Amino acid sequence: MTATLRAEGVSKAFGGLQALNGCSLTAEAGHITGLIGPNGSGKTTLFNAITGYERIDAGQVFLDDRRITGASPQRVFALGVGRTFQLTRIFPRLTVLENMLVPARRGRSSRQHRERAMELLAFTGIAGHAGALAGTLSFGQRKLLELAYVLVADPAVVLLDEPAGGVNPSLILQIADRIRELNRAGRTFLIVEHNMEFVMGLCHQVTVLDSGTVVASGPPEAVRINPRVLDAYLGTEAVDD
Amino acid sequence: MTDRRRWHLPSRGLAAAGVAVLIAVLAVFPLAFTNPTVTNFGVITLIFVAVASAWNIFSGFSGYLSLGHAVFYGTGAYFLVIAAKDWNLDGTTVFWLLPLAGAVAALIAVPLGLVALRVRRHTFVVITIAFFFIAQLSASNLSVTGGSSGALAPIPNFASATYNNPFYYVAMLLAAATVVLSVLVRRSRFGLQLRAIRDDEDRAAGLGVRAMPVKLTALVLSAFITGMAGALWVYFIGQAVPQFVFDPLFDLAVVLMAFFGGLGTIAGPVLGALVLEPTQLYLNLQETNGYTSEILFGALFLLVILFLPRGVLPTAAEYANRDAVRKLALRMSPRRGQAGATDGAGPSAAPAGSEPAGTAR
Repeated sequence: MTATLRAEGVSKAFGGLQALNGCSLTAEAGHITGLIGPNGSGKTTLFNAITGYERIDAGQVFLDDRRITGASPQRVFALGVGRTFQLTRIFPRLTVLENMLVPARRGRSSRQHRERAMELLAFTGIAGHAGALAGTLSFGQRKLLELAYVLVADPAVVLLDEPAGGVNPSLILQIADRIRELNRAGRTFLIVEHNMEFVMGLCHQVTVLDSGTVVASGPPEAVRINPRVLDAYLGTEAVDD
Repeated sequence: MTDRRRWHLPSRGLAAAGVAVLIAVLAVFPLAFTNPTVTNFGVITLIFVAVASAWNIFSGFSGYLSLGHAVFYGTGAYFLVIAAKDWNLDGTTVFWLLPLAGAVAALIAVPLGLVALRVRRHTFVVITIAFFFIAQLSASNLSVTGGSSGALAPIPNFASATYNNPFYYVAMLLAAATVVLSVLVRRSRFGLQLRAIRDDEDRAAGLGVRAMPVKLTALVLSAFITGMAGALWVYFIGQAVPQFVFDPLFDLAVVLMAFFGGLGTIAGPVLGALVLEPTQLYLNLQETNGYTSEILFGALFLLVILFLPRGVLPTAAEYANRDAVRKLALRMSPRRGQAGATDGAGPSAAPAGSEPAGTAR
C-alpha cells in the first residue's frame, strides 16, 4: 500500500506571522522524503496543514489524485495518512496494547486487530511492555509506540515529526532500520528531522524549508551542498571557491 | 503462576468471590435488617450506586465532568409522577415506567449533548451547570410539573412491615445492571475510545475515533440510567419538588462518590456510593443542623482532591503493588535489558505483561 502526497502552494499565517508561504512539496510513492529547516521554518505547521490539524489559508493538498485540503484529521487518517508528533502524543493512562487498539480496525475482526497490534509491538521492540501503562514508557519507547500505533491502520503515507528527537543513539538506529524495512515494503514516508546524519542516511529526497518557503529540494547529496541551504542554516551567504 | 496472575491485586478469582459475597449480602440485607430506617438507607444508597456508576460511564471514562446529571435524574422523576397520574398506575405496575423514564431522560440528553459536547473540559462543566439551572427553573414554573409546590407520586399499597423491600430489590437490580453495563463498556472498543478521548481527544480523532458520536452515546447511556434512578427515587420518596428533584448537591454528591472511590474505575463509584451515601443519610438523621453533612462532605471533597486525586481504590492498588514490584524487580535484576526494553530505560514500574499499578477496575 503506497501513495504520493503532494502539497501545492500552501500558505498559513498566525496573525502577523506568515508560517507557510506558498509552500510546495511532493513525497513520492514508495520514497522516504525528508523535510528539514531551521527552527521556526514551518515544518510542523506544514505537517499540521497536511493532516488536517491546521486549516490553511491557501493552497491544496493531494493524496495521489484525491484532494484532501481541509479534511479533518479523522478523515485524513481514514484516507491513509498517519502521523506522529514531535512531542509524542500517546494515551498515557491506557496500556501499551490498548494504545495500539485505538486506531480504526480497517475491516479486521477484534482478534485480527489485536494480533496485528502485537505484531507491530514486536516489530518495534516494545511487545514486552504491552501490559504496562503507556505513561510509564521512556521517551524513546513512546516514539516507537507512536510509530507502531500509526502503522496499525496500514496507512499508505506516514509522516514522522522528529522521530529521532530526544532519543538515544542506539534507539535512533533501530528507528531508522524499522523505517527502511517498512519503506522496502512500499510505504511512503515524509520525515521532519533535525538530525542531519539520520536524514541524509535515510531519505531519497530532501526538501528544505526556510521562513515558510521551500528553498531547495532534491537528493540528499545535492541538498547538502546547496548554497541556499547553507545560507538558511548558517545565516550567511555561501562563498564560492 | 504467570506474571499476570501474580500481579493482579486482587486476583480475578478473589474479585469474583468478593462480588458474589457483596451480592449475597445485599440480597439478604432487607431480610436481616427489617428496621425501615435501615432499609430506607439501603434503597437510597443502591440508587446512588446506580447513579454514580452511570455518571462514571460518561464522565469517568471520557473525562468530561458533568455537573448537570440532576437534569436527567429530575426528568426521570417528573416523568414517572406525571405518567403514573395520567395513566392511573399504582403499585408494582409503576416500576414498569422506569425504562420509559430512562428513555425520556436519554432523549433529553441528545440535544443537551449536541450542544454541550462541542466544547471541552471547564467550558463543558459550566454548560452542564447552566442546563441544570434551566431545568430547575423550568420545573419550578411549568404547570405540568406542578410548579414550585411540585407533584405527588402514587402511593403504593405495599405491606407496611416490608414497604421498602420492593423498592430495595428494584434498586438493587438497577445498581447491578449498571455495574454490569460499566464493565461491558469498559471492556468494549467503545469504552476504549472513550478513555482515549479522556487522554487526548484530538489525537484520538486523528486516529479515526469519531469523538462526537462516542461521547454522545456515553452521555445518552448515562442519562438513561440516571433517569431510571430518578424515577425510582421519586416513587420511593412520594413527591417531586423542584428544589429536591433538581438539587445541585445531588451532582456534587455523585461526583464526590466517583472521585472518592476512583474516577474511571468500575468499583470506585460503587465504593464511593456505599460509603458516602449512608454516612450522609446518617448525619442528616443525627444532626439537627441540616448542613452538617454538606460541610463535612465539602471538606472531604477537598481532602480527596488534594491527597487522593485518583481515588481510594487506585491509590490502594498502587500501594499494594509497590512492594510486589520491588520484589520482582530484585528477582529480575540479573536479566535486565533482555525483556524488550529497547533503550535501556524500561517502564518505571510495571513489568512485561503485567497489569500496571493503579489500574484498579
